[in-house]
This record gives sequence, C-alpha cells and structure tokens, in this order.
Amino acid sequence: MAGESPAEYIQHHLTNLTYGKLPAGFERNGTELQEATWTMAQSAEEARAMGFMAFHVDTLFMSALTGIIFLVLFRMVAKNATSEQPGKLQNLVEMVVEFTQDLVKNTFHGRNPMIGPIALTVFVWVFLQNSLKLIPVDYIPALTSAMGIEYTKIVPTTDPNATFGMAIGVFLMVLYYSIKVKGVGGFTKELTFSPFNHWSLSWFNLILETVGLLTKPFSLALRLFGNMYAGEVIFILIALLPFWAQWALQVPWLIFHILVVTLQAFIFMVLTIVYLSMAHEEH
Amino acid sequence: MNINLTMIGQTIGFFIFIAFCVKYVWPPLVQAMQDRQKKIADGLAASDRANQDLELAQQRATQELREARDEAATIVEKANKRANQIVEEAKTEAREQGDRLLAQARDEIEQERQQARDALRAEVATLAIAGAEKILESSVDAKAHSEMLDKLSAEL
Repeated sequence: MAGESPAEYIQHHLTNLTYGKLPAGFERNGTELQEATWTMAQSAEEARAMGFMAFHVDTLFMSALTGIIFLVLFRMVAKNATSEQPGKLQNLVEMVVEFTQDLVKNTFHGRNPMIGPIALTVFVWVFLQNSLKLIPVDYIPALTSAMGIEYTKIVPTTDPNATFGMAIGVFLMVLYYSIKVKGVGGFTKELTFSPFNHWSLSWFNLILETVGLLTKPFSLALRLFGNMYAGEVIFILIALLPFWAQWALQVPWLIFHILVVTLQAFIFMVLTIVYLSMAHEEH
Repeated sequence: MNINLTMIGQTIGFFIFIAFCVKYVWPPLVQAMQDRQKKIADGLAASDRANQDLELAQQRATQELREARDEAATIVEKANKRANQIVEEAKTEAREQGDRLLAQARDEIEQERQQARDALRAEVATLAIAGAEKILESSVDAKAHSEMLDKLSAEL
C-alpha cells in the first residue's frame, strides 16, 4: 500500500482483474481506440467501460480452481472408497457426504437422487470459495502484482457475478424440475391459480408468483454476496491499521469468519435444497 | 462491481461441477457407505444369532448332560440289579449243584454199600459152608445145602 491513500488501497483491493471488450472511441493512454478491442482492463474505469462484455479472470480462475480441488479430492476418495475401515481423508469426506445426505433426507421429501450430489457440490464449492477469504488480504495480491498482474480479488463469493451465477444455476434447476414434475400446464396453473384460486384473479396471482419465483435467486445471491463482501471490506479496513495492531482485530474477526464462511455455505445449500423441494411439490 | 459475462461463466462452471459430482463422486461414496452400513448391520445380526446359538447350545448341553447322568444312573442301577441277580442265580445254582452232588454221592455210597453187603453175604455163605465142612469134617454136598445157606445169607 506504499504511496496509496486508504481509499485507493480499498478501491484497489475491491477491483477484479477484468478481461473484456473496450468499446470503440474509448480514450486509452491519451489515444482514442479505433475499434472495439478485447483487452485486459488497466483501471477500474476501463473495467466499467467494458460493461457486460467482460470476464473477471480472478473470480473465474479461483472459483474454477476451488471447484476442481473439490472434485479432484472427492473423486480421489470416491475412487478408493472402501466399505472396510476408512482412512482419515475418507472419514472426513464421508462425514460431509453424510451431513448433506441427512439434510436432504430431512428437507427434501420428493424422490430425486440428483438432489444429494447437487447439495454436496453447492456446499463444498461455496465453502471452499468462501474459505479463500481466510487468506490474509494482501498475500495473493502482493504475489500476483509481483508477477505483473495489477488487480486480484481472490474470493469469488465477494463478486456478485459469482453468487448470481450460482443462484441462476439453482434457478434454472428449479424451473427445470418444476416443469419436469408438474408439466408445463401444471407449472402454469401453479403460477396463476394460487394463492387466489379464481380465474378472474389469475393475472394478480401471476404477478405475485413471478415475484416470488424471482426472489429465490436474488435472495440466494445477495445473501451470500452481502455477507462475504462486508466481511472482506472489514478485513481490508483492518489491514489499514499499523501492522503491530492488526492482530487485535484480525484474530477475532477471523475466528468469527470461520463460522460465517461455513454458515453461509450451509445456508446456500439449505436454500438450494428447499427451493428444489418446493419445485417438486404439487399443490 | 460490474455484472458481466463472469456470471454466465460461473453458471456454466456450476453445472459442470454438479454433473461431475453426480456422475463420478456421489455414487461410489454413497455406495461405500451403504455397503459399510450393511456390513455392520450384518455383523450385529450375526453376533446376535451367534449369541442365540450359544444359549441354545448351552441349554442343549445341559439337557444332554442331565440325560446322560440319568442314563448312567439307570445303567448303574440295572447293572447292580443284574449283578445281584447273577450272584443270586450262581448261589442257587451252586446250592442245587451241591445238593445234586451230595445226592449222587449218597447214591453211590448206598450202591457201594449194597455191593459190599452183597459181596460180604456171598463171602459169608462160602465161609459158612467152609466152616461147616470143617466142623462136620465131611464133605457136604454144597448143592444140597446151598438153598439153606442162601436163605441164611439173605437173613444177614
């Protein structure tokens, strides 16, 4: 943070490494771009100018990395899974699997073998993405900036794109299973004939139900993002303190976040199961 | 804080991870856990069964032991009875044999005595005749007097 004001430091830490399309006519380093170009954003303004046509490279990389770590680890255990005495790693993995399985059994009343693995993926993946937050805020950015990468924001769940991406995934599954279980007609009927079971009020029901339906992904995404982002901002603020005083706030906040990280992953999983369960229920 | 293509990328990643988990991670893990549950349940059931078997076996062993003891007692009793019987029989037989032998001996003695008496009688007759001859110093016709002598010896 040498030579930076606190505002700049915070701003810097909250900027993603962005690769996207700069529109034509954008003024860059004093020269005007002749045509739209795909390039790495060099500042927050450039990233903003890219609009929708951009990728957050750090978010995608870290979320893919955590996902791959999860799958490789679990696949390794699953491949060597033995019904004899399990090893330590298998024990741990089985504990997580059993935990999700029990939760699905208690929450999900339909009959769908997909829900278990969906819940497991959601839980472990979100947990691992959140866990990146427990790495001190300056470590990875310092490392990457030494390698010549200007911006790095390593916790994918502090990026609304990541949380909305997952929430949209859940939403699509809700739509898919609603239609699969109830049929197009049944789903439409559910949207138009409840809560007021009268044809003249169907337009009102449709508005209500659509709002209710769309609330699901929004609440999922915003809850996770809000919690993670707020925690991250606090961590960055604590990092602004003199180095000898940081531990006094950092340690309690970190311990608190061990809980938050797990809890948010758990909530995301439970809500996913609940939404999918609702999608399976006939009225 | 822009919403951009990252979101779609994340959704795609989400589905890829779920697909992988559904296909390659979940089934073997759950299978292994179910197998272990089954194994443990089987083991417990087997131990229950073994306990039951043990109890039954113990009961049977006790019963058989009792039966064997009873049988042994019966056999001993029977053997005792039989031994007594044999002794009794032997006694009776010995007594009978003794009696028989005694009777036989008596008979024999009687016979011998009779024989001796007969022989003595004959001898007496001869002696008497010889004595009479000597006394009469004449020969006596043995034939003429034998009838009288026989009568005499019969009286002995």
